[in-house]
Amino acid sequence: MALRTEPFVINFGPLHPSTHGVFRLRATLDGEVVTELEPVFGYLHRGIEKLAEGYTYKQSICLTDRLDYVAAMSNNLAYVLAVEKLAGIAVPERAEYLRVILAELQRIVSHLVAVGAFVNDCGAFQTPILYMFREREKILDLFEMACGQRLTYNYMRFGGLSQDVPEEFIPALRKFVDQMPGYIDEYDQLIAGNEIFLARARGVGILSREMAINNSASGPVLRASGVAWDIRKADPYSIYPRFEFDIPTGTAGDCYDRYWVRIKEMRQSVRIIKQAMEQLPQGPVTTRVSLNLKPPAGEAYAHVEAPKGDLGFYLVSDGTDKPYRWHVRAPSLLNLTALRDMCIGWKVADVIIIFGSIDITMGEVDR
Amino acid sequence: MTEFNWGHFGLFAVLILVSVLTVVMGFIWFERRALARMQIRLGPNRTGPFGLLQPVADVLKVLIKEDIVPAQADKIVHWLAPIVALVPALMIFAVVPFQDGGLLADLNIGLLYVLAVSSVSTLGIFMAGWASNNKYTIIAAMRDVAAVVSYEIPLALSLVGVILVAGTMSMNGIVQEQNNVPLIFWQPLGFFIFFISGLAEINRTPFDLLEADSEIIAGFHTEYSGMKFALFYLMEYAETLALSALVATFFLGGWQGFLLPGWLWLLLKIVLVFFVIMWIRATLPRVRIDQMMSLAWKFLFPLALLNMVITGIEVVAWPDALPWVLIPVNIVIAAGLIILMSRNHKTGWGRVEV
Amino acid sequence: MKFNFYGSGMGEGMMMTLRHLFRRPITVQYPEQRLNTSRRIRGNELVWNDEKCTGCEICAKACHIGAIVMEIDPVKVEKKNKVYKYEVDTGYCIMCGLCVEACPFKALYMGYDYERAKYKRGDLVQTKEMMKETPEKHVSGYFYPEKAAGLPLQTLLIDKISEEK
Repeated sequence: MALRTEPFVINFGPLHPSTHGVFRLRATLDGEVVTELEPVFGYLHRGIEKLAEGYTYKQSICLTDRLDYVAAMSNNLAYVLAVEKLAGIAVPERAEYLRVILAELQRIVSHLVAVGAFVNDCGAFQTPILYMFREREKILDLFEMACGQRLTYNYMRFGGLSQDVPEEFIPALRKFVDQMPGYIDEYDQLIAGNEIFLARARGVGILSREMAINNSASGPVLRASGVAWDIRKADPYSIYPRFEFDIPTGTAGDCYDRYWVRIKEMRQSVRIIKQAMEQLPQGPVTTRVSLNLKPPAGEAYAHVEAPKGDLGFYLVSDGTDKPYRWHVRAPSLLNLTALRDMCIGWKVADVIIIFGSIDITMGEVDR
Repeated sequence: MTEFNWGHFGLFAVLILVSVLTVVMGFIWFERRALARMQIRLGPNRTGPFGLLQPVADVLKVLIKEDIVPAQADKIVHWLAPIVALVPALMIFAVVPFQDGGLLADLNIGLLYVLAVSSVSTLGIFMAGWASNNKYTIIAAMRDVAAVVSYEIPLALSLVGVILVAGTMSMNGIVQEQNNVPLIFWQPLGFFIFFISGLAEINRTPFDLLEADSEIIAGFHTEYSGMKFALFYLMEYAETLALSALVATFFLGGWQGFLLPGWLWLLLKIVLVFFVIMWIRATLPRVRIDQMMSLAWKFLFPLALLNMVITGIEVVAWPDALPWVLIPVNIVIAAGLIILMSRNHKTGWGRVEV
Repeated sequence: MKFNFYGSGMGEGMMMTLRHLFRRPITVQYPEQRLNTSRRIRGNELVWNDEKCTGCEICAKACHIGAIVMEIDPVKVEKKNKVYKYEVDTGYCIMCGLCVEACPFKALYMGYDYERAKYKRGDLVQTKEMMKETPEKHVSGYFYPEKAAGLPLQTLLIDKISEEK
């Protein structure tokens, strides 16, 4: 007499302690093994692209802060680069250097949050994430000093920044940059050699090279699968060609490699900030731009290496002060399309870990 | 048949209940404060000086909450589950010696009684998972049954070494045998296996898949609120206290010590073991269920068998051996075996072809 | 998967946690202890200087949400329009600072205080009288460095930790 079995459909619902934001996963289980997975998103849709068609170009900078709310400076930078390409505005030297410093600091912040949340999903009872949030607090203090807010900065403008950084910014930044490599070593000591963590993360959720390229993955997810593709080196923007830095690449494409690539990128960001601080010139940081910017009719696309991947803005202008079409190429959404292939065959506990290692923010996925 | 001493039983029953509940509340406070300091934050410090009244506030909060039972749940089983889970944890303390001869019942099979009683609380957890009519809790309950049943075997086998060396199963007798050297030095491998299996039995990190916050929300006690939830919470800490008390009794020497009264030494040893358990909780991530099972069957079980055989050979061949000869030999054998087994151990499957 | 290093990785992690047990915590116990916020904080209210204001309504046009509501007299007296009503709904405002940057006469500033919670949503609307600049109202140095010079320096976490080491 055969035992009657049936597959078990479980819903990791929109409200869940470890889906990063409101995100729903419908999983079909056979015991503990996942046989089918269907992601459902759209719970955070706010209509940003449509809203931006009703605002002027300068007012849309506030909207870009709220796309990927963990790394708002990169969003600002990408949008501002797109409009400068469209309208042909030049940027002074000091503003370029400060933009690079802010973008790299933002990369460190985003990777701290990503790695902390990932290790938290592995089960380490919030100890590593609290250590990483201490470093994040230091960087957020610097941002607050420069622009007045901690999360939605609204700091970059067309042709530079909105105002110069205060004079206590550079000494505090120097102190931070001296201390940060020591703290990254502390994280390595706590997490990287831990056998339980290695057993959980090594070899789990492998994304092969071909699958990553076919699914348009970008950012650390792509680099961990073995493809050395970084927008800062492949299609340089701003003044990145003047700095020397490496691009860490993984080999296996599993969760451990994605974690390791992010830690290495943090070290490279510290290196870039040190070089930028030495070369920082004096001078103006703003350009006079008319209040009602009316760029000539045409289209422009600018992309940057955001911490989550390849963030691009596509703008179409028809000559008036409001854009005709305003579109965001969100890296989190495109990285998410590979989730089903990565998760099939693994267990329930692994699905959470794989999802955490891709590192998405629902603000970008749903816009 | 000896005379049934009601006074002795009554006194000790009340004493055990009061002291266990007090020490459990102390443990809750201690864990929250020390864990917080390890995470560079302060623990509770507003309720009373140093937050000492925090567990009292927790109890009050839990007493006034509404008792919610899911509509399709099995009502009787849902009501019985916390009781079946908690009472065996308290029953273990009937044979833990607080002083020389200071225990509720000096059974001469005390160790066997402990092993028998401690397994019953698993049934309570499974009843809770089943009766809640919730897919997440069923997953948690299945995991728990599989894990606890697997870890019973190394737990029991590691205690066989203790029986062989001490020569008696009575708990008081085991402590009396440790008046020179605590048993942890005679049985380092046994201590290692007992500690890890005990951690798995009480579902603490790194084996807390049952209440994995990030996976199945709250595991088997998702659908519980109010006093029933408090009983589960109490059960977790009472079992931790029971494990600490057993480790202190079997391996660290119980009430043996100089100068201070016996029960104070026992309390200090219990607090030390609890500190180590809590320190592990602060640092390590959790394992997956199939890795946990492979750890029990492929790593701890052979080690426990080898430990039993080696201890048996030592007890029979050299019954009067000098401690400072045998103890280093034991420690070297233990370290060598652990390293050898770790090299050959592979955890779990990986991806399953679907 | 093999266990590398036979448990030494776990041991190092536990040493790290133990070391943190003996460090001083960096928690600030609000509301008894407070930190100084940044001198450029885009606080929770707007401050209006009615002598410099000419009623040009550029700030209301710069706000993309429509949180600023103005009523002015269309007749210019000495190149100024009289302002009858000037209201900011701070519950609606996202504190982006575009209005402050847009004012050509430097008549609008961001506030410095952030503890302005109210019990009713209607109380969050700032009327003309509530917005006037008084000596008690602190004005933030956002976009105006000369106002920032008079405010206390921001307490930085990196200074607090560097002192301990």
